[in-house]
Amino acid sequence: MAHRWNNDLTAADVTPYKTFLNRRQIMAGMAGVGLGTIAGPLMAAEEELKPNTWEEITSYNNYYEFGTGKEDPAEYAHKLTIDPWSIKIDGMVDNPGDYSFGDIMAKMTVEERIYRFRCVEAWSMVIPWNGFELADLLELAGVQSGAKYVGFETLVRPSEMHGQKYPVLDWPYVEGLRLDEAMHPLTIMATGIYGKDIPKQNGAPMRLVVPWKYGFKSIKSIVRITLTDKEPPTSWNKANAREYGFYSNVNPTVSHPRWSQASERKIGGGLFAKRVPTLNFNGYEEDVAGLYDGMDLAEFF
Amino acid sequence: MELCHAHQFRQATNAVAGPPELAFVDAVNNGVRRVPAWPIYFLGAGHIIWLVWLAATGGLGVEPISALEQVLGETGLKMLIVGLMITPLRQFAGINLIRVRRAIGLTAFLYITAHLTVWLVLDLQSFGRIWEDILKRPFITIGMVGFTLMIPLAVTSNNWFVRRLGPMWRRLHKLVYLIALLGSVHFVMLRKGLQIEPLMFLAVVLILLAARIRLRKRPGRVAPGQGRA
Repeated sequence: MAHRWNNDLTAADVTPYKTFLNRRQIMAGMAGVGLGTIAGPLMAAEEELKPNTWEEITSYNNYYEFGTGKEDPAEYAHKLTIDPWSIKIDGMVDNPGDYSFGDIMAKMTVEERIYRFRCVEAWSMVIPWNGFELADLLELAGVQSGAKYVGFETLVRPSEMHGQKYPVLDWPYVEGLRLDEAMHPLTIMATGIYGKDIPKQNGAPMRLVVPWKYGFKSIKSIVRITLTDKEPPTSWNKANAREYGFYSNVNPTVSHPRWSQASERKIGGGLFAKRVPTLNFNGYEEDVAGLYDGMDLAEFF
Repeated sequence: MELCHAHQFRQATNAVAGPPELAFVDAVNNGVRRVPAWPIYFLGAGHIIWLVWLAATGGLGVEPISALEQVLGETGLKMLIVGLMITPLRQFAGINLIRVRRAIGLTAFLYITAHLTVWLVLDLQSFGRIWEDILKRPFITIGMVGFTLMIPLAVTSNNWFVRRLGPMWRRLHKLVYLIALLGSVHFVMLRKGLQIEPLMFLAVVLILLAARIRLRKRPGRVAPGQGRA
């Protein structure tokens, strides 16, 4: 039960915003007297997994159900009703049915996971999620032996999600994982950020987080989970199969047809933020590369 | 020449349009005649400086580089569209804004130049990546072709070149049709999925280009020898 994967960062590493600013000022000051070149690389490594601020995490979102602009979700997501909320778990499970959000939460162990978050658009954040391992929820439902994949589905409610009135994507938003990816201890269902309930623009009340894959795999506001033996359809793959594959693992060596994935811009660096190299599997190579042994990741992108 | 012909045509239109529209059109034309075109350059340049300041101080959100790049490109495209509206406005409504067309075109060039600069210096950050991006990514190729085609138009926009090139000038500046088309296609292509906003820009550009094709097929509506830019 939970704690199969250990954070190398804890709540104590969540830098208070003021301290964070002070550090930046100190670094800027050092650069001024010529120390930046010596201290820079060392401090850069230390600074690498400093979580983004609450404001950054909750004001810059891709959630096309609320509009295609980055600020749209923060502006319009408040219209969404998330109580009551239930998730239908069906397909190849022993205990299919509608699971209410409250019932699920009563049975799960919530922990903090500070993960890198890499968007396919080549920007990134570090987010202190609160959530539980998806494996625990699947265990509750009882995965049958023939199941090989997990499909996920987001709520469809155009009256509250006005972006669904436009055919930008084929609604509902759907995503999928291979069963071993879904059962991996890094894969969580997030229900909070910074110890608070997850905001609606970030996918309340419950969303998937798969930190080694591009952000669009981490489907929001989930209403249905289906265990199957066939690879489930995924929204961006349906929209443009040439650009978005089923796996969508973060991979600096496989370019998006329209831009390079070799580097990324970390949100919060301001107008002169430097690009930083993107890490293979978003920095989780050691934990997950084994899932893809023998696969050509340029083919299965 | 230009003004004179437009005036003739306006009178012809007025005969059909009737008095209320006539009063409105006259008021607009008289107003435009009194306003100089040069403030447009300063408004454009001032707006760009203001946007950069906003971006640097958090006014454009937590990802200011993309935000600045987008707002500059979109405003440049809007200015191109406004420039393309001037001829149809004159020919269909008798409103004559030809005096400000050069300023609008050059301001569009200013925005697009700023857009390109932000992409190169702040977004891409590496001159080594430029060629790779321009050659390998069609939406960037298209954007760059559009920008490159704007350069000769900006250079020849002054009176000296208008006189020197004569009828060639008019032909050369028809490149703006292609530029606006490339700009809006670039916008459609760079977004994820098929999004409404860039498609609306493309539709407006196509309508404005179509308006010109129709004009050509009905020469009877236009006084003989009248210029169509």
